[in-house]
Amino acid sequence: MKSNLKVFLKGIIDVSPLMIPVVPFGLIFGVLAIDVGFTPIETMAMSLIIFGGASQIVLLQLFSGGASSLVIISSVGAVNSRHLLYGAVVSEHLSDLKLIWKIIISYFLIDQAFAISNEYLKKNKDHNRYFHLVGGGATCWVIWQSTTFLGIILGAAIPEKLGLSFAVPLTFLALLVNDFRKFINVIVIIISGLVATLGYNYIPFKAYVIVAALAGLFTAMILTRKNKKA
Amino acid sequence: MSNWALILYCGLITYLTRFSMIALIKKEMFNDRIREILSFVPSAIFPAIIFPAIFINDIGLIKIDDNPKILAAIIAMFIGIFSRSIIATIFSGLASYWFLIFVV
Repeated sequence: MKSNLKVFLKGIIDVSPLMIPVVPFGLIFGVLAIDVGFTPIETMAMSLIIFGGASQIVLLQLFSGGASSLVIISSVGAVNSRHLLYGAVVSEHLSDLKLIWKIIISYFLIDQAFAISNEYLKKNKDHNRYFHLVGGGATCWVIWQSTTFLGIILGAAIPEKLGLSFAVPLTFLALLVNDFRKFINVIVIIISGLVATLGYNYIPFKAYVIVAALAGLFTAMILTRKNKKA
Repeated sequence: MSNWALILYCGLITYLTRFSMIALIKKEMFNDRIREILSFVPSAIFPAIIFPAIFINDIGLIKIDDNPKILAAIIAMFIGIFSRSIIATIFSGLASYWFLIFVV
């Protein structure tokens, strides 16, 4: 069995390539948060308390569009519902741990750490294999907090003309690259995108994110059911 | 609601989505059907953020003509499909966007 430190370091090394897009993402978040009217302290608190790039950007996007708090919170919940899946998947590797470890590890259960540790956890049966997830998550934590901080400071220095906010949809687009190859996923993507765009002005309380996501999931449910009968 | 309350609630709900399954789940509660549908969650949610950010302009209207974001996003999508690289997707999209607004 490898030492805890070695597994932790392996997590850091494995997650590193995935950290490259996190840097501009964090910077953009810091810049945008100030731009839509949050104070530097509130912005930093968002990264520390929420610690989720997608959720924080959704928060900003809806906040700047004047959405109500209830819609913002439920949209953040909807965007985060993918964590339920991550948790379900890794839970079998963490089932022997003490509650305190589960509480700590949950904080680090983010896209990138899950992506790399899921592979590692499947291949390794060592009792301390969860240190890999902590290593990946902690790495992302450091990058996310420091780039948020830099974004807050650099905010004013980055010209608006660069259109850096366009990096937000691009980042989400990049998270879907593997799904563009799957037929049902493409249909779900188009349905969700159309509902969100067409409903943007008509669905009350800016709830278009949730309505579109539910429409997409419903489509997936129907299409996968047909698939099975055929 | 104050900004601070908003941040705290968003943080709480984010944490709960991460913690709840780790804390509560028994393996048998997750059947293949639920797992299959949950695997579509990213495809169902992210487009709801991507599409309006590309197609809706600053004043809330759908903008198709003279919108360099559409072409840039399409280029990024194809680079993403072929490279399967998150980094290449983001940078090709930004580079095409800058090319379209500054050069063309």
